[in-house]
Amino acid sequence: MGIKDILDLKQTKAEEPPKKKGVPKGIWSKCAACNKTIYQKDFLKNLKVCPECGFHYQLSARERLDSLVDPGTFEETNSVLLADDPLKFKANKTYRESLDQSKEKTALPEAVVTGWSKINGRLVMLGVMDFHFIGGTMGSVVGEKITRAVENATEAETPLIIVAASGGARMQEGMFSLMQMAKTSAAIARLGKNRMPYITVLTHPTTGGVTASFASLADVIIGEPGAMIGFTGPRVIEQTIKQRLPEGFQTAEFMLEHGMIDMVIERPKIKNTISDYLDMVLPVSKKKDTKEAIKDIMNRPLLDDVNNINKRIQKGISKIQEKVKGD
Amino acid sequence: MLDIERPIVELEKRLEDLKRLAKDRPDMFDSEIKLLEKNVAELKEKTFRDLSAWQKVQIARHPDRPLARDFIEMMFTGFIEVHGDRLFSDDPAVIGGPANLKKQPVMVIGEQKGRGTKERVKCNFGMPHPEGYRKALRLMKMAEKFSLPVISLIDTQGAYPGIGAEERGQAWAIAENLREMSALKTPIICVDIGEGASGGALAMGVGDRIYMLENAYFSVITPEGCASILYKDPGRAEEAAESLKMTADSLLRFGIIDGIIPEPLGGAHRGDQETADNLKKVLIKSMEELRDIEISELLDQRYERLRKIGVYEEGS
Ligand SMILES: [Zn+2]
Repeated sequence: MGIKDILDLKQTKAEEPPKKKGVPKGIWSKCAACNKTIYQKDFLKNLKVCPECGFHYQLSARERLDSLVDPGTFEETNSVLLADDPLKFKANKTYRESLDQSKEKTALPEAVVTGWSKINGRLVMLGVMDFHFIGGTMGSVVGEKITRAVENATEAETPLIIVAASGGARMQEGMFSLMQMAKTSAAIARLGKNRMPYITVLTHPTTGGVTASFASLADVIIGEPGAMIGFTGPRVIEQTIKQRLPEGFQTAEFMLEHGMIDMVIERPKIKNTISDYLDMVLPVSKKKDTKEAIKDIMNRPLLDDVNNINKRIQKGISKIQEKVKGD
Repeated sequence: MLDIERPIVELEKRLEDLKRLAKDRPDMFDSEIKLLEKNVAELKEKTFRDLSAWQKVQIARHPDRPLARDFIEMMFTGFIEVHGDRLFSDDPAVIGGPANLKKQPVMVIGEQKGRGTKERVKCNFGMPHPEGYRKALRLMKMAEKFSLPVISLIDTQGAYPGIGAEERGQAWAIAENLREMSALKTPIICVDIGEGASGGALAMGVGDRIYMLENAYFSVITPEGCASILYKDPGRAEEAAESLKMTADSLLRFGIIDGIIPEPLGGAHRGDQETADNLKKVLIKSMEELRDIEISELLDQRYERLRKIGVYEEGS
C-alpha cells in the first residue's frame, strides 16, 4: 500500500506547499512551508528544520546519521547486502531499473544503513532508513539488515535505535517482502529477552508494513513533528470510506494523542532525548564509568538558546571539562 | 458463477436433466449419459488444469467458496465461540474459540468474510479492525496457557483501511501479533484458505507450519492494489497477479509455505466437505509432528523458518 500513498499524498495534499515544493537550497531562500526567507547556514545548523516555522524537511540517511552520531564513531555493518530480483518483476519499470535509479540518486546500496555508533559516548546499534531509495520500502535486504542489527544488539547487549522512513513493504519482491515483517518482528521478540532498550524514531512518512512491524515494537517511540505515521495511506482510506479525512489525521501529533507513540520531539533535540532515556533505564552495570559519563555529558553540544541565556553555565562547564581532561 | 465455469455448469445441468428424464428408462439413454459425463469431465479437466494466477484469485473469491466458519463446522466438533478483545469491542471479521479436532482440543481462529449481504457487511467483508487482531492474540495467549495447539485460518483482502482502525492502532495490532506469534509457547499451524493479502493476512500467519489451499493466494498486496500503484492502472490486475507470484505452487517453491492442500477440480466450492477432509488430514498429521517437539526447540525452528526467508546478494 505504501508507495501509492506517498504518490497520492502529493496529489491529495497539493494545496499544502511544504510537501510539494523542494528543500530550500540557496544561501538565502524561502521556506516552502511559511514563505519566510531563511538563511541556509541557519537552516542546515538546525538540521533542515525551518528556523522560522519549525517545518521538518526530510533528511537523507547520511544527514540523519550526522544528526545523531558522535562524529567519527559510525562503523557501518552489512553494506555489502544487495537486492536480488527473485520474481523477475516487471511493471512499467523493471525492478532492476528501479534499484539502479535509486542507487544512483541516493549513493546508497539500499533503503537502510546500519552500523555501530556512539550516541553521547554510548555504544548503540543504529539503523537509519532513507525514503529516497524506492520510497524506503522493505524488501529482503532491508529486512535482513534490520534483523541483523537487532541480532547484533541482542548479542552485544547494546541498545538498538532505528530511524524509520518508509512507504511499507516493497511490492517488487512479493511475499519475500511481506515475510520481512514477520522476520524483523520475531528478531525483536528475542531482543526483549536481553532487556536492552529499543527506541524508534518515526519520520515522515512511516507507513504500511514498516509501521506494522519493527517500527511500532519499540520500548519508546519518538515521532518527528508533522510526520505522517500510519498503516494505510490517506487516499486508500478516503476511497474506502468515501469522505475527506480530518485535518491532521495520521500525523505524529495525532498518533501521540491516540496513545500510539510516546512523544513528539523536534529534530535537534532527538539525540539528547534518546541518550537521556538510555541513561535512565539501563542498569548501572551497563553504564559507562562515572568519569567517562561526566565527560560525555559535558561534551554534549548545548542548544544555542541555552548558550545565549546564560554564559556563566558555559563557563562553568568549561571549567569542569578542563578538570576532567586534566587527570 | 465465474465465466470460466459457465460452460461446465450448463453442461452439468443438462446432464442432470437428462438423468432425471431417463430415470424410468435406464437402458435407453445409458450411452448418451455416459458420453455426456465424459464430456463434462474432459471440459473440467481442460478448464481447471493450469489455471492462471488471476483465475485462481477468482476462485479464491468465489461467493460459494467455504469460509472460515464453514471449515470450522466441517472439521471440528464442539466449537465454543468466544468474543471480544477486552479492550474495545468484538470484531466479527475474526472468529475463534476452543474446539476438538479428532478429539484433540485446539484453539481455532479464523478471518471470516461472511456469506450473503447482511453477514458480509457485519463481518466487514473479512477485513479486520485492530480489535480483530487483538482478539486473535487474546485467544492465542489462552491457547498458550492451556497448551492447546493453535489453528489459524487466513482469509482476507487486508486489514480494514478506516479512520477508527488507524486511531486504534491497526499497524500496532498487526506488529504485536507478528512478535507474539513468533514466540508463542504452543504449536501454531496456519492455513490460507482463500485470500491472503498484506499485513492483514500475515497478522494471522506466523507459525510452525504454513499451508495453502490449492487455489488460495498469499501476497504482499492484492493484485488490484499492485496494479494501481506499480502499473498505474487498476485494470492491469491480471498482469500484477502473475508478476507477484502469489499462488501456492510458487510460494511452495520459494520455501515460504510448507504444503498445498488439494481442492476438488474447479475449486473448493465444488466440494466443500472433500476440501475440509483434505485439510483435516494435513492438520492432524502436522499436529502429531509438532506435538513431540520440545517447546524451546519448536521456537528455535519457528525463528529459523522466518530467519532464512529473503533473497539477496552478499558481496565482500
Ligand atoms: Zn518555514
